[in-house]
Amino acid sequence: MGEFKVHRVRFFNYVPSGIRCVAYNNQSNRLAVSRTDGTVEIYNLSANYFQEKFFPGHESRATEALCWAKGQRLFSAGLNGEIIEYDLQALDIKYSMDAFGGPIWSMAASPSGSQLLVGCEDGSVKLFQINPDKIQFERNFDRQKSRILSLSWHPSGTHIAAGSIDYISVFDIKSGSAVHKMLVDRQYMGVSKRKCIIWGVAFLSDGTVISVDSAGKVQFWDSATGTLVKTHLVANADVQSIAVSDQEDSFVVGTAEGTVFHFQLVSVTSNSSEKQWVRTKPFQHHTHDVRTVAHSPTALISGGTDTHLVIRPLMEKVEVKNYDAALRKITFPHRRLISCSKKRQLLLFQFSHHLDLWRLGSTVATGKTSGKFLVPGKHGDTLPLSKDADHLLQLKTKGPENIICSCVSPCGSWIAYSTASRFFLRRLNYEHDNLSLHRVSKMPACLRSAVQIMFSEDSTKLFVASNQGSLHILRLLEGSFKHLHTFQAQSGTVESMCLLAVSPDGNWLAASGTSAGVHVYSVKRLKLHCTVPAYNFPVTALAIAPKTNNLVIAHSDQQIFEYSIPDKQYTEWSRAIQKQGFHHHWLQRDTPITHIGFHPKRPAHILLHDAYMFCIIDKSLPLPNDKTLLYNPLPPTNESDVIRRRTAHAFKISKKYKPLLFMDLLDEGTLVAVERPLDDIIAQLPPPIKKKKFGT
Amino acid sequence: MEAAAARVVRCGGSELSLRRAVFSADSRYLLCVSGDFVKVYSTATEECVHVLQGHRDLVTGIQLNPNNHLQLYSCSFDGTIKLWDYLDGILIKTFTVGHKLHALFTHARAEDSVFVTINKEKPDVFQLVSVPLPRTPRQDAEAGEPRLVLDCISPSPKCVAFGGQGDYVAAVRDFYLSVYFFRKKATSRFTLSSSENRKHAKNNFTCVACHPKEDCIATGHKDGKIRLWRGFDDERKYTYTCLHWHHDLVMDLAFSATGSSLLSGGRESVLVEWRDAAEKTKEFLPRLGATIEHIAVAPAGDLLCTSHADNKIIVIGRNLEACAVIQGLVRDSSVLTGLMVDPRTKALVLNGKPGHLQFYSLQSDKQLYNLDIVQQEYINDCGLVQIELTKAAFGCFGAWLATVEQRQEKEGELELQMKLWAYNKKTQGFLLNTKVSAPHEDRVTALCFRSADKSDVPTLVTASRDGRFKVWVLADDSDIYRKAEGWTCDFVGSYHKYQATNCCFSEDGSLLAVSFEETVTIWESDTWELRCTFCQRAGRVRHLCFGRLTCSKYLLGATESGTLCCWNLLSCALEWSTKLGVSVMEPDPRSEHVAAVARSSGGSDLFVFKPSEPRPLYVQRSICSEEVRWGVFVPRDVPEALASEALQWLNRSQFYFLTASQSLLTFSSKSPEEKLTPTSKQLLAEESLPATPFYFLLGRHRQQRGEQADGAADGERVQLPTTEGVPAVSELLHTPAHVLPSAAFLCSLFINSLLLATEAPSAEETPEDAEMEEEGERDSSEEEDAAPEQAQQAGLPDGGDGGDEAEALQQQLSKCAEKELRKLRRVDYSWVAVP
Repeated sequence: MGEFKVHRVRFFNYVPSGIRCVAYNNQSNRLAVSRTDGTVEIYNLSANYFQEKFFPGHESRATEALCWAKGQRLFSAGLNGEIIEYDLQALDIKYSMDAFGGPIWSMAASPSGSQLLVGCEDGSVKLFQINPDKIQFERNFDRQKSRILSLSWHPSGTHIAAGSIDYISVFDIKSGSAVHKMLVDRQYMGVSKRKCIIWGVAFLSDGTVISVDSAGKVQFWDSATGTLVKTHLVANADVQSIAVSDQEDSFVVGTAEGTVFHFQLVSVTSNSSEKQWVRTKPFQHHTHDVRTVAHSPTALISGGTDTHLVIRPLMEKVEVKNYDAALRKITFPHRRLISCSKKRQLLLFQFSHHLDLWRLGSTVATGKTSGKFLVPGKHGDTLPLSKDADHLLQLKTKGPENIICSCVSPCGSWIAYSTASRFFLRRLNYEHDNLSLHRVSKMPACLRSAVQIMFSEDSTKLFVASNQGSLHILRLLEGSFKHLHTFQAQSGTVESMCLLAVSPDGNWLAASGTSAGVHVYSVKRLKLHCTVPAYNFPVTALAIAPKTNNLVIAHSDQQIFEYSIPDKQYTEWSRAIQKQGFHHHWLQRDTPITHIGFHPKRPAHILLHDAYMFCIIDKSLPLPNDKTLLYNPLPPTNESDVIRRRTAHAFKISKKYKPLLFMDLLDEGTLVAVERPLDDIIAQLPPPIKKKKFGT
Repeated sequence: MEAAAARVVRCGGSELSLRRAVFSADSRYLLCVSGDFVKVYSTATEECVHVLQGHRDLVTGIQLNPNNHLQLYSCSFDGTIKLWDYLDGILIKTFTVGHKLHALFTHARAEDSVFVTINKEKPDVFQLVSVPLPRTPRQDAEAGEPRLVLDCISPSPKCVAFGGQGDYVAAVRDFYLSVYFFRKKATSRFTLSSSENRKHAKNNFTCVACHPKEDCIATGHKDGKIRLWRGFDDERKYTYTCLHWHHDLVMDLAFSATGSSLLSGGRESVLVEWRDAAEKTKEFLPRLGATIEHIAVAPAGDLLCTSHADNKIIVIGRNLEACAVIQGLVRDSSVLTGLMVDPRTKALVLNGKPGHLQFYSLQSDKQLYNLDIVQQEYINDCGLVQIELTKAAFGCFGAWLATVEQRQEKEGELELQMKLWAYNKKTQGFLLNTKVSAPHEDRVTALCFRSADKSDVPTLVTASRDGRFKVWVLADDSDIYRKAEGWTCDFVGSYHKYQATNCCFSEDGSLLAVSFEETVTIWESDTWELRCTFCQRAGRVRHLCFGRLTCSKYLLGATESGTLCCWNLLSCALEWSTKLGVSVMEPDPRSEHVAAVARSSGGSDLFVFKPSEPRPLYVQRSICSEEVRWGVFVPRDVPEALASEALQWLNRSQFYFLTASQSLLTFSSKSPEEKLTPTSKQLLAEESLPATPFYFLLGRHRQQRGEQADGAADGERVQLPTTEGVPAVSELLHTPAHVLPSAAFLCSLFINSLLLATEAPSAEETPEDAEMEEEGERDSSEEEDAAPEQAQQAGLPDGGDGGDEAEALQQQLSKCAEKELRKLRRVDYSWVAVP
């Protein structure tokens, strides 16, 4: 594995924003997640829960509701009163439309997918027709006294249930009038609360309405008679969300105490057809409010203020014990938020509204005294810092939009970043310890926003993937730039490229879109060189090796391919590992590989990492098979070379640093690792609801 | 051993909470196991109504016969299943299985078979088998071949439960739940993760219960969780819910009769009722005193009961209010006080609940009352050093009680307290009179009152390891506010700074013997002068006692090294000594006899001797296999005259002893057959009569009236009926109140019975009696007539066709009905007509 001096960086105080809504799409098996800062992320559940797309947030767009309609169309609505439809191909907002009912609290698409309902602050329920290009307002339902917090369609599409404050209304779609008004008990454990907020309703095909409310109750109502059938008191705090499975045999509720309860419809006795709803398992995977839940056919999905997206598989529904059978907790985005300038030892951290530039500290010591640095050779030794890490710069964006992507050039003198509507390029000048920043103005009109930015190794070229599917190449000069070329998207598609890789010699540019497929362009000749054969799973990381110009591609199913660009074919090593297959532990890993790097002196080494491990693949060593230990710790030095050689295999894995957001080689003997401990994130969250814990 | 040897018998005090108690179908009776017996208690009065005796080893399971709720099945370690009529206490049938039976289960679906837990091969592999019970008229029958239902189960009956409809049986052990479906004949097994990590460390199953109506199994776990399993007929789609309140293991679970609520209990001594099996709607019945071992629910649903670790059954109403307590002998882990007899109640007194002294009635086998000595809240927490009640003694004919309690942390100082309790006639209980904190500097080793006349000052002597003995006397403690008396220290004696190990007063109270390690000192009790010393150099003196009655001039001492010495106080010399490792030595207060129990290789041996003679009067080897810890002579109310010479010592008192495993044993001179006679007699008597107490009452009354009539016919007989002689009155007094007919019936009867039969029988009465006699004659003749008739009918079907057969049956039925009617007519309804 070699010995490295490691910069262990823990000053990236990134806090993901809390999850507000999730919407599960059964047809494409995708999950849309909206966060409190307005970001919407799309996860592909078939591709090991990889976050394949994301729409940047906006300060004024607090999303309150998210829903899929007509198969692949995604709508969101928020407190600014607008309904937004997203363009999932171009990763852009298609249009936004004001509903004119004040802030929108809830939204539901009809079972047929042709109509959209929104519940507004003023108590109105508005019906929209979904047309192929836009949505069109159809009519208002009877206005209620207070805001409509939850909506649910009857599966036949004839009635809806709307949860308001203190009561649930059942509307007839045809007449638009309320058929029933079901008052909810305000009492909470004998104490009368001021209000009882109906946080969620679900309308089942047999006419049962399930409601969850702020008094901690899950209630079953008969919509035909408007009467209460059964009450389950599940929490001392609010029950904030509900999701029913498609078969209507189970549903899930999330509470403000962080507990998720699963309810199942089970038969009373094995030989009778009578069935009853039973609260079965509670899951406590969250520390804070569970704001939203979803029910996929095989899993319960929950998200909340504590920023985790938890996917809890239902063991009885999982056919084979595979990747889906394990609990998944997704905390960090599956894209890079950190870029690094190797020459100047700079780290650029991307936050939603600002960028931080840090210079790494340094040490003079090579000895064994403790400090902040680690030398793996003498395992675990910490070296003293002679110079502390330096916060050089904080760059704030103007406007309400979030930063989509950012990059610092390898030489450290350029910073490029983009929001949804503007692209920014900054020039940095270093004069001893002073730093001056110059804005490069007059960006070309085509560079409106970028999905991914990449500098060439020598920092003379800038590659920008725009959200229209085109790639731009800019030549950077001292304080200015020149637009060189634009690779237009393949005719007919507007798919944007999310990942870029440039060969160190600057001749090749590899770009990958959201759907599988990596295109390699020749920068010299400015044309498409070749396309790597398509693979079913999306690409999570790309890199081109120096000298050999082998393109290394990591996919979300944990497969790694090595593709020789000059030969336009997979390399021998790649074929060999595909033939043998990866170790089963490797394939069961939790998080996708987010970064691939290379060692300048050892061409056989590939460095890669995900959130929980750092790995060096040594192509010269034999591949591990399922019998060998994948995660073998560093063999003790006292063991003979023979044993060491026998146990050695191509995958050298270190799990010392986690959760690992970024790790790269600064020079031959130095690594930089950026960690973000979960405890630090929790410490920055608001305090959770206090619960009495026995024995304290 | 000679024929006259006394039998060692278990004398009650057995564990009532060994198994779940069973309610009768109408909730009027509560049945529970008690050692080798089954006891039938009335739920209303807490009285023991019947004791079902017959098993020869520990009864390990009882269940009502599902086909006849007036019958009870019981199983025992002796390998038999017995069927009882528990209302009358009659053994109906005995089925021999042949294996040691550990638990018994029944359910209505399995006709003519019961389920028992046995272990066949390895000692820890238990099997649930179904045992078919043959239908035979004979009283003793061989049970059918057992059929295996579930293998590898836990021996505890709490770990097996039958589904409400009898479709399945659930068993738990360690980390898995097995469910056997009778219809599918298949077993499903559900395993909990038992990994070493902290989260699942105590996932072990402890108990199981099945919902009576729904397919729902509740399991209790070691970590205090309750899991409710549903959908277990599909091994993939099963699901469970968790309920968590208990912090320690769940001891038992039970569903209410309708299944609307779940009851659970554990070490917290709190009964938890989970309404609708929901976490948020639970009710508690706290402060039940001791760990809940079992919970049983009445089939009628109106009552439930909890069995506790302190040998107590609490009957609880449906509104979670305790309505009756059945308390047996509390078995503390260590009986430090030894056995004593309360001179007033003749009750056995020993350590009860922690910090309590219990008064246990040997005759009725129940606890009379508890005296809280320590008077501090007991906190049930392991690792906590509690205050222990170490010594107690009664003095002055039960007027005074002295207790010593101590508490010592590992390193800390010894906390010692002596309390003196005076008997209060008004409250019929002991009241604290004097509290002496730190009466000695070290542990108190012995405590004794001077048995003296009423005129003497009550005197108490305490001996301690600090090398002193102290004499405490009752002195006037009056002040200007009240008249009072209290105990003060009168004298402190010591002998060469040796530790005082024992003390004892002579019978007349004139001499005090105190042993200081190897030396015995004799003190004059008037002047507290040291009279003489005896020293045998044979180890520390462990037991010390004076002889009684004619042998009062002897002093007995038993040492640790195994020597029993007898000194003559007149000659101040050793009379005799013998090598005997005495573990218990007790003098009989009513006679000269002294009982000594010595430990030998074959168990414990009993020696009874008189101090005057070195030769034992009676020796019985290996009275029990384990060590005897304590013994006591309990004076008999009425001296028995035993014919056997060897058993003379049992005439006036009975000897009770407590073994290391806390079983209370005694000697019985009766043979087992003799003991069993009452039941069998009853059986004979009651074969002809429906044995309700009401019938008894009326039947006897009628009989007596008949006799009276006879007497009157004989001639003039003037006799004042004494209340004892009238059976109606004695029945009234002896029948438990809850089984008596209403007072309106009894009143006239009672009055009637008190009427003097001086006059000649009135005109009204004579014909009635004559009629009755006539009737009696007719009855007998009819009985004779009926026999040939029946024989005829039995012969008929052979030749007759189906129609005839049916007719005959009808005829027979009508005959039966007629007979029934006649029988009814025979019943004396004269009391109704009494003005």
